[in-house]
Amino acid sequence: MKKYSSQKAAINFIKNNTVPILFFIICLGGVIASKLSIPYILNEIVNRLDRNLFLVLSLIIPVVAGMGLNFALVIGAMAGQIGLITIKVLNIGGITGLFLAALISIPFALLFGYGTGKILNRTKGKEMITSLILGFFAMGLYQLVFLLFVGTIIPIKNPEIVLPGGVGLKNAIDLTIIQYALDDLLSINVMGIKIPIFSLFIIGLLCLFTKFILKTKIGQDFRALGQDMHVAEVAGIDVDRTRLMAITISTLLAAWGQIIFLQNIGTLQTYSSHEQVGMFAVAAILVGGATVTRATIGNAILGTILFHTLFIVSPNAGKNLFGDPQIGEFFRSFVAYGVIALSLVLHAMQKNFDANANVESME
Amino acid sequence: MKNLWKKLIDKYGYPKVFITILLAILLLIAVFQKQSIYGLLKDSLVRIGMNSVLVLAMVPSIVSGTGLNFALSIGIICGLLAGCITIEMNMVGLKGFLIAVLISIPFSVVAGYLYSILLNRVKGDEMTVGTYMGFSVVSLMCIGWLLLPFKNPEMVWAIGGKGLRTTITLANKYDKVLDRLIKLPNIDLPIGTLLFFALCSLLMWLFLRSKTGIAMMAAGSNPRFAQASGINVDLQRTIGTILSMVLGGIGILVYAQSYGFYQLYIGPLMMPFAAISAILIGGATAKKASISNVIAGVVLFQALLTISLPVINRMMPEGNLSEVVRIIVSNGVILYALTKVGGND
Repeated sequence: MKKYSSQKAAINFIKNNTVPILFFIICLGGVIASKLSIPYILNEIVNRLDRNLFLVLSLIIPVVAGMGLNFALVIGAMAGQIGLITIKVLNIGGITGLFLAALISIPFALLFGYGTGKILNRTKGKEMITSLILGFFAMGLYQLVFLLFVGTIIPIKNPEIVLPGGVGLKNAIDLTIIQYALDDLLSINVMGIKIPIFSLFIIGLLCLFTKFILKTKIGQDFRALGQDMHVAEVAGIDVDRTRLMAITISTLLAAWGQIIFLQNIGTLQTYSSHEQVGMFAVAAILVGGATVTRATIGNAILGTILFHTLFIVSPNAGKNLFGDPQIGEFFRSFVAYGVIALSLVLHAMQKNFDANANVESME
Repeated sequence: MKNLWKKLIDKYGYPKVFITILLAILLLIAVFQKQSIYGLLKDSLVRIGMNSVLVLAMVPSIVSGTGLNFALSIGIICGLLAGCITIEMNMVGLKGFLIAVLISIPFSVVAGYLYSILLNRVKGDEMTVGTYMGFSVVSLMCIGWLLLPFKNPEMVWAIGGKGLRTTITLANKYDKVLDRLIKLPNIDLPIGTLLFFALCSLLMWLFLRSKTGIAMMAAGSNPRFAQASGINVDLQRTIGTILSMVLGGIGILVYAQSYGFYQLYIGPLMMPFAAISAILIGGATAKKASISNVIAGVVLFQALLTISLPVINRMMPEGNLSEVVRIIVSNGVILYALTKVGGND
């Protein structure tokens, strides 16, 4: 009897965690095929967790609020980059510069988040495609501002970051002044693996914050919305305002996440650093077992580890298996897009199934 | 005046009116800058012909009720595959082009059929799912282009001798074969391509008036009513998707013969978005589209892109402003259309 129930539990476990298990197997295969040393891989994983986890965590609240995966994370990332460009102009480095950048990004992030929320409130049920296109659209506006307005309307003269013509920012901006400002504040070395304690501490704080906010009144409203928007409305929750809050928080977190990401990288690709932010974060959390309607901190952590392990090993694995590192690179972008497509399909099928079941029960 | 404005917006919709005004302003500036207006218009015509069939591919998908076809890249890949096969077989000239079209059709039909099975299970979410299905297929085919057993040295990388190149030139194959099909003395306009587009449009127009076409439109505009009156909605959506993919495949071949290159790998990634913006500018919505939307849209959008490049570059030599204009206009129009579709409720 006991054996039977434990077997059932095991089957349930596999059923509920198909995606992470599948990815674990792929990653394991990749690690073996890549022939990279384990300490190297561990080092890279810690590094990439430090870089990306904050961004991935910023996806959770909109999912809980029933708004799906926030592809408009890109817009938050832009707010963060505005903060970084400002401190570069002011030439304030170190941890002071970093916190100043985070501070400067706040009003922009709030404004952008509010705008995003307004648009998403007009496209209920189509949030994901809208946030994706909105991200593309915002990239156009961002280019307009930093390619054209800088030097003409916005008086930035610093030749280190402005193009030789005096108009527009350079493609790459060196952020050495704040590189590792957060990571090196407190980091230890365990058996050759560098662990940035302070950055991980900040990420831990965000986990606590997310947990905390979901327990407060507003968090319960988020969950009520995620369950059923109409019921929530009947229950007296201001739907539009609550959704606005959810997306604004997400945007602000994305801004800070991008700042943490770039302080680790050390170079700002002015026009492309933000491009893939939304897609990679979304893919990572989905790999961790999240769905369009359910995401947890655990999903985010596990997903970031698995997804980025794949990133680390796939070029070498591709080279060793097919004699071409490019195949590994294409494979990982296929995985990123594919896992998003797959979970969108599963979500839509579930929705259709439920709708049909409803119609039938009414008849 | 205010009344006239309101009437215009009601009749044509914001995107069409705004883009027309923008285009008129650009043309005016072009005149002041003493640009060659004939040259600008000729270049516009070339690009209109180039993109026309791809935009037309949106029509069956919209009228059959599956919305804007964000996964058109799947059809585009079928066309590219067919094109590569003709080059492998060393086919040149008009014959090569037509054979490429013929080969592409079965690929597109199969791909469209498979994709429609998926679409019929995700009703209401076709656009979101379609976008990422398109992205996934493009990135999967990136591996495909590297591994497919093509041998022609004109197509594969010189070093290693394996894997197709990112761009494959059509010079000496069927470069501009439609553009230059019909030659008038002293006038170098892409008449052939435009005629080919006219032919495709005519066929589409006739199809939409056939029995199947009318059933398809009924299925698209009111699926429940159509189902009740005995139309197989899923079948109509399947036909619409297949037709859209077939036109996507043909569309890329028309595009490539005019452009002169096949762009493989991530080339097709964002192509559906350009076609979508064009038809939306032409006044289509995610639920309604006609041949006139296609013509108006492709003319306005491509003329805008063509004319903005030299005009803006003359004003602002630095930066890549015309590219920025393209991104803002094309995504802004899609965004506007999405807010018009409204929510599920």
